[in-house]
Amino acid sequence: MKIHIPNSAFLGNIESFTSTFDPKDENELLVTSNQKWISVHPLVISMSIALSKEIQANGGAISCEDFSAKSRPYFLRMGLIDSLIPNHGLLINEHEASGRFIKARQIRTSEELNQFIIDMVPLLHTTPEQAYPIKYVMSELVRNALEHSKSPIGAIVCAQYFKKSNRISIGVADRGIGIRSAINRSYNTNNDEEALTLALRPGITGTTNKIGGTEYNAGAGLFFTKSIAKVSRDFFLLYSGSSFFKLYKTPSTEDVLLYADPDSDRGLFKNDLPVWKGTAVGIDISLDLNQDFEDLLEMIREAYHLNVKRANKDKYRKPKFL
Amino acid sequence: MSKTILIYQYTNDFAENKDIARELRLTQIQPSLDLSQNVIIDFEGVSSATQSFIHALISEVIRLYGVEVLETLLFRNCNSRIQTIIEIVVEYVQDGIFVDEDEEDSDK
Repeated sequence: MKIHIPNSAFLGNIESFTSTFDPKDENELLVTSNQKWISVHPLVISMSIALSKEIQANGGAISCEDFSAKSRPYFLRMGLIDSLIPNHGLLINEHEASGRFIKARQIRTSEELNQFIIDMVPLLHTTPEQAYPIKYVMSELVRNALEHSKSPIGAIVCAQYFKKSNRISIGVADRGIGIRSAINRSYNTNNDEEALTLALRPGITGTTNKIGGTEYNAGAGLFFTKSIAKVSRDFFLLYSGSSFFKLYKTPSTEDVLLYADPDSDRGLFKNDLPVWKGTAVGIDISLDLNQDFEDLLEMIREAYHLNVKRANKDKYRKPKFL
Repeated sequence: MSKTILIYQYTNDFAENKDIARELRLTQIQPSLDLSQNVIIDFEGVSSATQSFIHALISEVIRLYGVEVLETLLFRNCNSRIQTIIEIVVEYVQDGIFVDEDEEDSDK
């Protein structure tokens, strides 16, 4: 396999990274990088580390071109160099991590996820209101990977705060069965795009074809996550198999509307990509989010309403709050 | 008689672990309902929860015991976020129940 870490790869221009990915030959990984300044989304780091963990687990070989002097400290702090070049011997002056990034971490169990969320909160240096959607997204995305992906390496997660744009960017990647295989346990999709479309719809899960999911899976985690990005007027990217879905930013001149069907979103499905075995998700969350989380939840509830035709309204009961 | 479950004791302030939610359902909520007890799920000290957690906690209870269980399965000390998530879960679980009923009716 080959990856090239380019000069710039964020969710808006992630193709500069994905287009150079070569998934052939899973016994070796060749990593090259731009030799000038590199600035990338945490998704790029999570995906790169996921590949290296898989290669290491399979006893394969990793060849990594040295990173430029300017980029080296950043990748060292984010955990990429430790993963690609285990005995690198590089030393840097460790900066205080708080408020700037969350170093890549491998999560394989529910307990590790619990601990990660506890560890992560102080690093964010946010208000509780700002931290809530971030914790929420981390929980939903990593639990999806742990429960559905059968990824032998679990999930790789990292995040970064960008001061200039006042946003948190998150990347989560696994090397499991991918969305289409997971969805096809209960549905019959013809390609990755169809599977991604279903996975993004609220109430659809690969564990059942019943509306509302099973006792354990509701099939709403990706919809909630995409909705958080949308209300934040930011990007969201879901990549699995040979397709990805990219949610574009919602301009400030437009109202934010949530749709159950991602085809109605201002976004893009891209097919015939280098096959990503597993699932990779990137999201940006603005800390200038000018809507409360409660408002977001109300919008999600409305999107659910529109998704289902209710013929028996009078039979519905409401929960009782004391 | 009623049974009170203090969620914070099992989750701390962010309730997101679905395994814990399922365990509470199986070991505390359902056995109490089987004894015809009211069950009060108390979120005191919990500032937020995921939809997945609430789903794993109550969705199957509503399916198994019917929507009437919402008269005896009660919620206490919910902030507005948690309250809205509970309402969302309760609504879509009922969508599943009643849409399935519609489909069964139309099959007859």
